Amino acid sequence: MNPRQLWVALVTIVVKEVRRFTRIWPQTLLPPSITMTLYFVIFGNLIGSRIGTMDGISYMDYIVPGLIMMSVITNSYSNVASSFFSNKFQRSIEELMVSPLPSWIILLGYIIGGAVRGLGVGIIVTAVAFLFTDLDIHHPFLTIMVVVLTALLFSIGGFINALFARKFDDISIIPTFVLTPLTYLGGVFYSIHMLPEFWQTVSLANPILYMVNTFRYGILGVSDISVGPAMAAIVAFIIGLFAFALWLLERGKGIRS
Amino acid sequence: MSRPALSIRGLTKVYGNGFEALKGIDLDVPEGDFFALLGPNGAGKSTTLGVVSSLVQKTAGKVEIYGIDIDKDFSKAKYHLGVVPQEFNFNQFEKVQDIVMTQAGYYGMPMKEARPRAERLLRDLGLWDKRDTPSRMLSGGMKRRLMIARALIHKPRLLILDEPTAGVDIELRRSMWEFMRRINREEGTTIILTTHYLEEAESLCRNIAIINHGEIVHNTSMRELLKELDAETFLLDIREPLTKAPVIAGFEVSLSDPQQLALAVRKGQSINTAFAALDRAGITVVSMRNRANRLEELFVDLVERSNAESGIASNVAKEITQ
Ligand SMILES: Nc1ncnc2c1ncn2[C@@H]1O[C@H](COP(=O)(O)OP(=O)(O)O)[C@@H](O)[C@H]1O
Ligand SMILES: [Mg+2]
Repeated sequence: MNPRQLWVALVTIVVKEVRRFTRIWPQTLLPPSITMTLYFVIFGNLIGSRIGTMDGISYMDYIVPGLIMMSVITNSYSNVASSFFSNKFQRSIEELMVSPLPSWIILLGYIIGGAVRGLGVGIIVTAVAFLFTDLDIHHPFLTIMVVVLTALLFSIGGFINALFARKFDDISIIPTFVLTPLTYLGGVFYSIHMLPEFWQTVSLANPILYMVNTFRYGILGVSDISVGPAMAAIVAFIIGLFAFALWLLERGKGIRS
Repeated sequence: MSRPALSIRGLTKVYGNGFEALKGIDLDVPEGDFFALLGPNGAGKSTTLGVVSSLVQKTAGKVEIYGIDIDKDFSKAKYHLGVVPQEFNFNQFEKVQDIVMTQAGYYGMPMKEARPRAERLLRDLGLWDKRDTPSRMLSGGMKRRLMIARALIHKPRLLILDEPTAGVDIELRRSMWEFMRRINREEGTTIILTTHYLEEAESLCRNIAIINHGEIVHNTSMRELLKELDAETFLLDIREPLTKAPVIAGFEVSLSDPQQLALAVRKGQSINTAFAALDRAGITVVSMRNRANRLEELFVDLVERSNAESGIASNVAKEITQ
């Protein structure tokens, strides 16, 4: 296929993915908006006013970046996981398999689709946050970079999950038992400096901590960790997981008998 | 004969559970042909088409689509291929027109070009009124036709259809036949179909291969196949019940029930001779008919022969004629 045809195909997949999550917006866009509003009201306003400040920032402002990141992570991941698995389940994945499309376009299309959903929800949550507080973003370029890269990374994760999944339950195991705990423990609600030394060290093994903190640094200018290596690690993860997903797809893992 | 649209050599498939679904099949389908792959359930038809369309990973062998080896450039080969699978495989929640347009996009066809083509196909297949209907709301026959429209959107030179008329009522089946004949004749699209309906193969196809237990047991033109038919069985309803079949010199006669005789007439034999003998024996025939479609008989015969060779009961073969 020539570059023009590849471009048409890529746009087709992305448009199909966006059409899917906007068609079922009460399941995809509405719940995170409601949950995050509740977080802002309860943790930010009610409890936050008693907590005071965290790393010199009001508690409400402190949790906003973490909550945006949390929505981006879960929505990117679950968009690709459920969409790709549902296509596997309904066998409509065969539409792509019989076409001349190279695997990397298929993968890229799904990942971009998932990232669009993650970032879309991120924007909604940011808009909700502005109802409660005013934020001025310290490092806009870094902020956008890290959130986009995070969305891409977790979209790839969702894709790999869907390739291995055999039943619908299999696509909720990782979000429930891995992503949610790592996010909650990844410094969304607290600074790791509050933890005893031992748990601070343990926390440093959590990749989500780096993303949340880099993003918080972009918005607020404060961070628990150094930003440069964190960005490098995110990029390395993206490349590694993309290559792994592509290899699985080429081998027909979970889709070809 | 022109260059083959599809050429298969020594194709084997062993599934993950160790089951050998294809045992080294060879097949050639010339360009422009209307070809039938016929066989009982579980014979390996879908597996064969699955390998050709990349849904099934082959174990060994060689497949060429318009001379392009699928191991060398499957992507290019797939460009020539339109696939209508046996099971519905579109997204249940998407609308008819979106499904066809999305498929066009997968082949890199720009919207401007795809839109009029999708409209024409949907009109030809009687789905234009349903273009905004989610696919799950279509009837079974409409779903089949949607898959045909989707398979043809990128103008494939080779169309493969896996039991396209299964579960479709007679009237609709005939209109689908008409459609397939037309694209074969007018657009020169090579068509390969698998089917359970022998009548379908007989009425549509020029060449035919019969597959059983993962082996091609017969591969010839439809005309040759019909010529091979050397005996035909008639069922004679008789007035008085018998306990034993009468003996008629030169004919094979059996009693299928007390009031019905099965009479096999070979090519060149006169049926008069048999009737004269029955008359002399005082047996009155009240009516008579063919036992089954001639092709069907031949088919059962071929499949039974191959089953006997592989020592497997012929129940499977019977299933197809029911
Ligand atoms: N994924 C699979 N795993 C194991 N065996 C399979 C699989 N798919 C098909 N088979 C077996 O392979 C044989 C051929 O199947 P198939 O090609 O679907 O036959 P047909 O289309 O002629 O009815 C059958 O015995 C079937 O049970
Ligand atoms: Mg089949």
